[in-house]
Amino acid sequence: MNSNNEYIPFMSEIKEIIKHTEIEYTFRMTYDGEVKPGQFFEVSIPKFGEAPISVSGIQEGLIDLTIRKVGKVTNEIFEHYVGDKIFLRGPYGNGFDVDIYKNKELVVIAGGTGVSPVKGVIDYFSNNSKEVKNMTLIAGFKTPKDILFREDFKKWEENINIILTVDSLDGDEEGTYSVGLVTKYIPDLKFENIKEAVAIVVGPPAMMKFATQGLLDIGFLEENIWVSHERKMCCGIGKCGHCKIDDVYVCLDGPVFNYVKGKTFID
Amino acid sequence: MGFSFSKEGINNVFKEWSKDYIIYAPKRIIGGGAFSDTDSIRYEKIDTVDEIEFNVKSTFSFKEILLPISQTLFFFTEDEVKEADGPKKGAIIFLRSCDLHAVKRLDEIYLRNGFEDYYYKRIREKGKFILIGCKSAFENCFCVDMNTNKIDAYDASLEPTENGYVMDNKCQDWEELLLNNSLSQDEVNPSYVTETKIHVNIPEGLSIDIAKSKMWDEYDSRCINCGRCNFVCPTCTCFTMQDIFYTDNGKVGERRRVHASCMVDGYTDVAGGSSYRKNNGQRMRFKVLHKIYDYKKRFGYHMCVGCGRCDDICPEYISFSNCINKLEDAIKEVNGNE
Ligand code: SF4
Ligand code: SF4
Ligand code: FES
Repeated sequence: MNSNNEYIPFMSEIKEIIKHTEIEYTFRMTYDGEVKPGQFFEVSIPKFGEAPISVSGIQEGLIDLTIRKVGKVTNEIFEHYVGDKIFLRGPYGNGFDVDIYKNKELVVIAGGTGVSPVKGVIDYFSNNSKEVKNMTLIAGFKTPKDILFREDFKKWEENINIILTVDSLDGDEEGTYSVGLVTKYIPDLKFENIKEAVAIVVGPPAMMKFATQGLLDIGFLEENIWVSHERKMCCGIGKCGHCKIDDVYVCLDGPVFNYVKGKTFID
Repeated sequence: MGFSFSKEGINNVFKEWSKDYIIYAPKRIIGGGAFSDTDSIRYEKIDTVDEIEFNVKSTFSFKEILLPISQTLFFFTEDEVKEADGPKKGAIIFLRSCDLHAVKRLDEIYLRNGFEDYYYKRIREKGKFILIGCKSAFENCFCVDMNTNKIDAYDASLEPTENGYVMDNKCQDWEELLLNNSLSQDEVNPSYVTETKIHVNIPEGLSIDIAKSKMWDEYDSRCINCGRCNFVCPTCTCFTMQDIFYTDNGKVGERRRVHASCMVDGYTDVAGGSSYRKNNGQRMRFKVLHKIYDYKKRFGYHMCVGCGRCDDICPEYISFSNCINKLEDAIKEVNGNE
């Protein structure tokens, strides 16, 4: 088979399945090769089609794909168990360049499944916390039962500032959760020099809009904010046209954009 | 070198070519048109020169040869995939100047933008292009304004004359075959048009702000999002993946890609149920700006080649060139609102 043929998927084995919620699991898959946080793979299930999924964790020989059960392809993925093999192709997209954030004051604001694409960055700086001046993660979920990556939050807490918040308690009064939208915590953030602080914002469109506005309001510079756009993607390789906005192909030039560019997007 | 042929001579050449190539040319399909009692001109495999429709613009373009409407990428069982074979023979494609300019646009997307497309490349590599000269412009053409009325980058050209055919050949390998079958060798310059009835003015100073103009609203109701304007366009390149399985319970099938249209429902659907650009006017805006604004921003030249096929085909008589000509006022409108 021809190795220049990007459309042909390869087999990857499911090594572990981590269940976060009823409809959100992380599939830990075998993969050898370069991959960056924020890049994505096309999970390719014959008969059902393909779905673009961001990499939510990277280890030697393994990648994590956190998948939300929302369509016919993702439903089918949930029919698979540890030891099964599924087809993938990728990785695609630019991903996050962690070097940009080194030796800076870093804020990551993520909502819901938006934590997945940026999780590799959080992991990196949690493991190498000396490489940032300081780091805060504001992560928001709808209710306590929608919280993803609980185990990881425990680990991260040892190394970085964590604000884990839910929109509402939804009857769960046991845990000690902060309640409120991610934007509520932005004005309280403290910086040595806000003009040089950097931020990453990922999540649903409305949350991204208000969170970036919140950062600008406290004095962040537009060029110091990065966003990741979850788009309709199909081929992942700049051919099918589905991801195009203005002169940008999100699958090639993104999904990570500096806000100066990202703010100009009109669907 | 230039040649002139009798009908028999050129048919002999076609016969020789057929050994290594499939010859594709615009052909008249009686009664196949978009409106009742009209014919359609489509690309088909031909054997003789008589089958070529030289006098009318083709309804659909040559792009279907390089990018089939539905193309099998691979066959699958549950745990195995097998790449689909490519065509054994090369393709000789008869086309006009605007369409040969469109080939450059297809190459831009399929050979360069990001990854190289394996399926496109394997057909494209074995493709030869024969230019059909244009003596005068057809209805709705605006190639002169798009700078696509003339081209030198062909392998050969062919045009009918009063009593035969003339050709300019640039392909060394064909020289001897053509010599042996021609009546005479003289200089031949393919015809090209220098004037069209329709003109377009693509204003400077376009920006995505134009999306806010009211000019798009009229298309909300006029356009019926049938997508024909995309399907006939020689520079539209979008596709959607489709998995087909052969039996209901079987696990055997194939993955295809099929032409897609940004005007048609479903193009922007995201897993989970949402979609954007729900209004036809905004879809029109997306299409028009791609053709004459944002493609150029990325690649340095306009995507639209001015063939006018989108205007020829639209069942609602929506004119693309007319839409371009409204942009200047729309810029003023948007700037005035600021
Ligand atoms: S502009 Fe005309 S051809 Fe294109 S989608 Fe609308 S109605 Fe169909
Ligand atoms: S947009 Fe219309 S005129 Fe331009 S290349 Fe496409 S079909 Fe031809
Ligand atoms: S997803 Fe196909 S071009 Fe980007």
